[in-house]
Amino acid sequence: MSFWNDPLKIAADWLMGIFTGWGMPEIAAQILIGFLGVFLLVALLMVLDIFLVWVERKVVARFQDRLGPNRVGPWGLIQPFADIIKLIIKEDTTPGGADKVVYNIAPMLSMMSVLILWAVVPLAPKIIGVDLNIGALYIIAAGAIGTLAIIMAGWSSNNKFALIGAFRQVAVMVSFEIPMLTMLLIPTIFAGSMGFNAIIEAQDIWYVFLAPLAAVIFLIAAIAELGRAPFDMAEGESEIVAGFNIEYSGMKFGMFYAGELLHAFTFGGFMGILFFGGYRFFGLEQVSAFLAVAVIVFKAFIGYWIIMWVKYTLMRIRIDHMLAFNWKFLTPLAFTLLMVTALMNALLAGTSPWIYTSGMFLSNVALGWIALEVARRYSRRERARVEGVVTTSRSTLVG
Amino acid sequence: MVPLSWYLIFAAALFSIGLFGVLSRRNAVAILLGVELMLNSVNINLAAFWRYGDVSQMAGQVFAIIVFAVAAAEVAVGLALVISVYRRRNTVVADEINMMKW
Amino acid sequence: MTGEQIIFLLTALFTLGSGVMVVTSRNLIHAALWLVSALFGVAVTYALLDAAFLAVVQVVVYIGAIAILFIFAVMLTRKDMRDQGPQMNTNWWFGALLSVLVFGGLFFLLQGWSGLSRTASPIPPGFDSISELGNALISPDAYVLPFEVASVLLVAALIGAVYVAFNPRSGDTRK
Repeated sequence: MSFWNDPLKIAADWLMGIFTGWGMPEIAAQILIGFLGVFLLVALLMVLDIFLVWVERKVVARFQDRLGPNRVGPWGLIQPFADIIKLIIKEDTTPGGADKVVYNIAPMLSMMSVLILWAVVPLAPKIIGVDLNIGALYIIAAGAIGTLAIIMAGWSSNNKFALIGAFRQVAVMVSFEIPMLTMLLIPTIFAGSMGFNAIIEAQDIWYVFLAPLAAVIFLIAAIAELGRAPFDMAEGESEIVAGFNIEYSGMKFGMFYAGELLHAFTFGGFMGILFFGGYRFFGLEQVSAFLAVAVIVFKAFIGYWIIMWVKYTLMRIRIDHMLAFNWKFLTPLAFTLLMVTALMNALLAGTSPWIYTSGMFLSNVALGWIALEVARRYSRRERARVEGVVTTSRSTLVG
Repeated sequence: MVPLSWYLIFAAALFSIGLFGVLSRRNAVAILLGVELMLNSVNINLAAFWRYGDVSQMAGQVFAIIVFAVAAAEVAVGLALVISVYRRRNTVVADEINMMKW
Repeated sequence: MTGEQIIFLLTALFTLGSGVMVVTSRNLIHAALWLVSALFGVAVTYALLDAAFLAVVQVVVYIGAIAILFIFAVMLTRKDMRDQGPQMNTNWWFGALLSVLVFGGLFFLLQGWSGLSRTASPIPPGFDSISELGNALISPDAYVLPFEVASVLLVAALIGAVYVAFNPRSGDTRK
């Protein structure tokens, strides 16, 4: 076992030798090493987060045919640091009548709900915080804490826009949790485990080829869960100004913003893990753990880029349309897909991988086609009804 | 290792706190909050008996999950009732909801 | 005192303190938020009991759904955002007395039970409690019937809640 294959174990053993050499008891040394590991991961994530601000601004600029930040440093790379200095020295205001304790806890919880997700993200076969055998459920649990943070922020700000924004966002997050949880169960069916390492190990064929529809539904639910456009209910600027974080200033707002960016990147990573093979890429992960980390970060960036692409291309959907879309279309489709996948999995068990994969793929495509056809029929009928109403009202006006 | 008695006493204390909330709060929503604490204390007992008994017998965990489902159902119906009462009588104070009292 | 005992005591104190705040706090939103922290303490207790699935489901169901529902209900049933008047009813001392008596009675009963000081045997290696739980929930000679009854109960509660809380005045105008 060389350093290139299992760097964390080697580093932990080395630190253990040093600490016990200082006369520290073994259990204290273990706790300290664990703490240092968490600290290292969080520090790396925060540095990454700073650069995500730059990435996001550069990408949106390209989508909108501009240059983006290009004044501070080469290609504007130092721009996020200037932003941070500005956020830190900005006056930290608290609105009158705000519930101070809840108001200050909310941004921390928001950031925390994102950071704790990384405890279960496998960066390489051996580089994983904890290989929980309930990893998929853990994502939903962390999302629940994010929901709580938003409603706390909205309520404690003592502002109508904040409360309305929080209500809308919470309604969206609670409803889109259902298709997301259902889609997390589909890789679970394939892999036979909810642990992310087991899911990645089982992906000899990427699950996106087995279940393309599941990947699409997961992406939609994830974008809604992130609260990014086209589902940015919380921050509909033209309707409710900035939503739940309207009263936050300085670094408290910065925490919400950084949390959102890191959340988007994290869900890009989960797309990669659940449907695109995680750290596996044609045996590259066997060569070195560092290559595995590079592969998964690359996949996470591609997922993040897709989320940004959707955000800056589509316009915002109205809240009632969005909830109707979830409850009347996405949730039934997700449940049907889960049942079809479980059924196909039982029927095709023991057949060759080619038959299994093509059977799964075809059933997914067929189900997606049927769902779109049903939706098209429904919307035609709806359009006919609405247009009928318009003509009758016109005739009564004239008459 | 924590002895079983600690878990049981902890659960009993949580149950009593929930009972106090149910018996003495005026607001109907607050009464439901107390009920939640009581249900959770029961769940702690179920999980503790699973862990300290025969681990391969899953009855404790299964019934804890059924208590989760019952708690979710109870909260949904209970809060719907509270909201319905508020809409009709404009109050959620349990003492003032006394139309059926003779 | 071992590390596990210290963690258990801290968790129990945190949970009970949050529980006391739930039943005594004047501001109902604060009571609901304290309920969240009490439920989180219970989730940690499950984790201490090696019931990882229960711990995560506790967070998903209670914090993600039930606590949010409570916060919504509190906001929907108030004319203004401040709580006025006493939050306890007139015979709260009776409730306090009764709950102390219940705790004392339970404590007394537990004292006389022989299995009280039992300690847990270690989980056998290779024992996967989650797959065991899944098998127990769907196997016909175990708990499939209670599981199905629970799902029927959930559907009934769903329909009942929609029916009870539905406001005909603000309802769908298309019909």
